[in-house]
Amino acid sequence: MSCWETIADYALRSQGIGERLLPRTDFTLCQQFTLIGSGMIWNVYFGIVALCSGFFLATAVAMGKAARNPLYRKPAEWFIFIFRGSPLFIQFFFAYFVFLSLKDVSTFFNPLTSAWLGALVVLFLNTAAYTGEIFYGALQSIPKGDTEAADAYGLSGWSRFRRVIWPTMLRLAWPAYTNEAIFLFHATTLVFFSGFPATQQRGDALYYANYFADKTFNPFVPYPILAGYFIILTLIVIGIFGFVNNRLNRHLPQDVRKKIKVRPQIIR
Amino acid sequence: MFSFCSDPATLEGFQWMACYLTTGKHMSMYWAVGTVLLLLSITAPTALAFGFAGASAARSNVAPLRWIGKTYIAVVRGIPDIAFFLFFVIALDQAFEYIRHRVKCPDWQEPVRQGNDFIVCTAAKLPLGNAPQWVHETYGFMLAVLTFAIVFGAFAANVLFGAMRAVPKGQLETAEAYGMSRRQTFWRVLVPQMWVYALPGLSNLWMVLIKATPLLFLLGVEDIVYWARELGGAKQPQFTEYPHPDWRMWYFAALLVFYLCFTKVSEVVLDKIMAKLTHGQATSGGEAQRKAAA
Repeated sequence: MSCWETIADYALRSQGIGERLLPRTDFTLCQQFTLIGSGMIWNVYFGIVALCSGFFLATAVAMGKAARNPLYRKPAEWFIFIFRGSPLFIQFFFAYFVFLSLKDVSTFFNPLTSAWLGALVVLFLNTAAYTGEIFYGALQSIPKGDTEAADAYGLSGWSRFRRVIWPTMLRLAWPAYTNEAIFLFHATTLVFFSGFPATQQRGDALYYANYFADKTFNPFVPYPILAGYFIILTLIVIGIFGFVNNRLNRHLPQDVRKKIKVRPQIIR
Repeated sequence: MFSFCSDPATLEGFQWMACYLTTGKHMSMYWAVGTVLLLLSITAPTALAFGFAGASAARSNVAPLRWIGKTYIAVVRGIPDIAFFLFFVIALDQAFEYIRHRVKCPDWQEPVRQGNDFIVCTAAKLPLGNAPQWVHETYGFMLAVLTFAIVFGAFAANVLFGAMRAVPKGQLETAEAYGMSRRQTFWRVLVPQMWVYALPGLSNLWMVLIKATPLLFLLGVEDIVYWARELGGAKQPQFTEYPHPDWRMWYFAALLVFYLCFTKVSEVVLDKIMAKLTHGQATSGGEAQRKAAA
């Protein structure tokens, strides 16, 4: 079987399209590359959707934590503490079993027990908490002059937030937010190792890498392939976020712009 | 456990719960908490040692040593750590067995890797096939500890490398001016001073280490996640004296609370240590303390 045929068979295997049976004997490099790459579809999906949706909740949470009214502040503080203070792995497990018991209540909750939605909800809340903390830190360090200028211009309420506070917050938070995005993509690999089942062996990249390592007893091929894919993904994320960073800071002179610095990633 | 537990079928409410939570299997789960704490207490110093070695290597004068140190630090960037965990456990296991194979069976002819199999002679198996169960468990645990130490050692190396660079240049130049050799400067000036700079990073790392402990489950150790799944699942009356529906949700809720408390306590303790260490230091933290007291 040529490599092209393998790609045709397995490139969309993680979505359930193509050959049903996973390779069992005579594993070729091509198969490993194709299947692990196919699994990356899930990682990218989880990462992008959770990031895009989590962004809005994070803004709300940060505003809540910075609010003077304890009615807003307390829930936001607890939300951040719970999701940042406990392991994501346990959160996945807990959420999965909560969703399982919700399933008994009503069929409406059925999709939550499958990874595409259930794990997404957990990742969404998790990234909202981490990002919320980052945004809160940025809110605290908005220069006093900026808000005073807004006041002097007679801006208040929504337009003050929309035109002054929010853009400045984003600008300050962006380098840290880039790192958060990278961590989030890495965190997506936990999904199929917690409660969420990989129905019909449709798993993410790590799921397939682990499959090959188990079958061949040789971890030195699949894991480096996985690592390669993730390094590429990380570089793409850095590229996109760097572009946005430049756009956010386009009114500033070159030398005062904040550079994005990639920090070593850390487990959540 | 309690005297009234002799016939579980007749128990109600609180008594049933008290008996249920003290069964032998639950005791194993409480011991598993001990396993987690043991892992933390062994891993933290080991990882620190790995980190120290890595950071020292990264700023070495010898180029190959520097490359090794830098690669060790850099390799943790950009790759999901769980992949490391899964990778190292197999890789380390095979490495140990391969070394033993080479030493113990020098006249073995066949290759070690035959297709999809990894075959070493019986004498080189780790642990030996006839070893008792506890040896297998301890070996698995030691592999997990080593894996954690390697991964977290890389994080620690990064923190310590930064801390070593944060020590003011003037201090090192003064040491040189006094005629100290590089080695003396390193041990007598740099190392004692770097800890203040390293502590924020290291305490952050400790938090992360706590949160990484559930991954023990993936390494095949019977930890709290394993027991929570095991004990929480629905139990039929014919298999156990304490039948109950699927309670895994509550077990994991308990784990969640356990980790939250653990994190909170560590946070408070680390803040106290930090306050102690910054006391009297010429850093902005120490300055703030001085101003607050005055």
